[in-house]
Order: sequence, then C-alpha cells, then structure tokens
Amino acid sequence: MIMIGVLVAISALLVWRRDGISGVTEILTHDLALFGGILPRVLAGCLLGAFIAEILPHEKVSRSLGANSGLKGLLIGAAFGAILPGGPFTAYPVASALLAVGADFGATIALVVSWTLIGYGRAVAWELPIMGTDFTLWRVLISLPLPIMAGALGRFVYVRMYPKDRGE
Amino acid sequence: MSAALLIDIILWGAVAAVGFIAFQRGPEILTASLRDGAMDFVRIVPRIALGVIGSGYIAAIIPQEIITGWLGPNSGWRGVLTAVIAGAATPGGPVVGFSIGAVALKAGGGSPQVIAYVIAWALFAFQRLLLWEIPFMPARFVWFRAAVSLPFPFLAAAIAMAIGRP
Repeated sequence: MIMIGVLVAISALLVWRRDGISGVTEILTHDLALFGGILPRVLAGCLLGAFIAEILPHEKVSRSLGANSGLKGLLIGAAFGAILPGGPFTAYPVASALLAVGADFGATIALVVSWTLIGYGRAVAWELPIMGTDFTLWRVLISLPLPIMAGALGRFVYVRMYPKDRGE
Repeated sequence: MSAALLIDIILWGAVAAVGFIAFQRGPEILTASLRDGAMDFVRIVPRIALGVIGSGYIAAIIPQEIITGWLGPNSGWRGVLTAVIAGAATPGGPVVGFSIGAVALKAGGGSPQVIAYVIAWALFAFQRLLLWEIPFMPARFVWFRAAVSLPFPFLAAAIAMAIGRP
C-alpha cells in the first residue's frame, strides 16, 4: 500500500510538472467520478463474497477445491471463473472468499486466470467488437488449457514453497 | 439497455439469490454475512480509492503511443517478449488494451505477438492488479499468482505460432 501511495505521488508530481495544476485536477475529478460509480458494485461484490463464504459448507469446499482436490478441483475452479458474472468487483471478492473457506492456491489461481482469460463478460463486451470474431475465438481457444495449467503449476510450486501448509 | 445496467442487474440479482439462500439457513446467518460484507466493504474502500484515483496519474505518465510502438511489426520471440512487457504496462481498461491490440494487428504486428500482448494484459495489467487484485486478495496470493502465470503468454504465443492461427 505504501509503495503504491509513493508511486501515485510521484506520478501525480510528474503530471503536475508536465500539465500544471489543471492536469492534476482534471484527472482527479475524472477518477473521483469513476470511484463514485464503482462503489455500489464494490459493495455488491463484497456482499456476494460474504454470502458465498457463509453459505458454502467449508468442509465441502476444501474437499472439492482444496490442496488434495486434484485435477477435478482445478477444473471446478476454472469452470467457476469462466461463468462468474460481473467484473473484477465480483471475481476477486469471490476468489478471496473461496480462499478463506478452504480452496487452495492452485484452484483459486485456476479461477482467477480463467476469469481473466476465458470469462465471457470481457470477451463478449469488448474483445469481440474491437478485435473481431476470428481473433477472439482463436485467442479464447488457445487460452482454454491455460487456467488448468496455471493452477497445476501453482499447486506444484506451493507445496514445495510452503510445505507446512500441506493438506489443509 | 446499456451493458453497465445489465451487469448491475445480474450482479445484484446474484447478491439477492445468495442472500435468499442465507436467509433460508436462518436470519442470523443473513445478518452475520451482511455484517461481514459491509466490514469488507469499509476496509476495502480506502484501498480502492487510492487505486482508482492513483492509477489515473500512473496511466497519464505512460502514453499509449509508447506501447503501440513496442508492439511494432518486429516478429519473433523478441517481439513476443516486448508484447508481454507492453501488456503488463498498458494503463486503462479493456477498451484501451484491446484497441492497442487491434491497432498493432492493423499496423502489421504478428498474430502470436498480439495474442501474447492480449494474454499478458489480461494476466498482468498493472492497473487491474493495483486497483482490484491487491485490495481484495491476500498479498501473498497476488504475487504468487502473477509469478506462476508468467510462462503462459509465451506458451500461448508458441501455440499460435505452431498452429498458424489466428
């Protein structure tokens, strides 16, 4: 957080030196408006994450998405990531909630990577109209195995880096 | 109906649906999760504020022209590497990322390089990491996820080269 704060301060200073005070305030008002628009969705994402954490049986989550869930756990994570509605304001709170109730890093990585690479929301709303159908379809097709592989690699590295957490 | 409105309807519909399930389990479960969700929200708002307001300044000092230049028609693995770095450094939302990709394609950039760019952008775009992933996820998870994802834009480019598509 401190690092980000410093980075932001330096960037704002550079903007100020380049564009003067009007450049700084212009970005500030634009981003404040954006912030205001995002807030209700952030609230919705937080509530969604909290409800999911509460209603999903922890034992079942750690069985089907935990460190010992095998390929099936990675597949469930990837499928969940691909169908998750909304944007980053839902994906990350939900991923965080699953992590808290017993999903391991591998399955959660599969979920997050699947959401960013093959989630339909962004592909349909932005990629298809801008990049064209041909590119988008091939790009998604090539990306299909990646969430599983990223999750498997994550799990493989994780148990070697943090052997104490094994089998939680 | 705008896409944003549709997203909001789906989103709040999903919240209502899981909220109803929680309510069926018992009113105390509903109130407990409402309290947890509200606490998360309060905790995350300052971080999001820093991310949203701050990333505007960071984006302002990285002009898009620089990134489009990096994605020029130099092909091969060096092109893929620059594409990956460009993807991670691209500021702004999906419109910016995909538009740069589309421009690069039109300007003669190779498909594998543009694939690598789009995938690297999806995986590592610094603005999304700062704005969303770091505030919501444990820090250890975020850097671990990013490190583990590192090979995949290159792998995707290799697949694209091998199959000669798109």
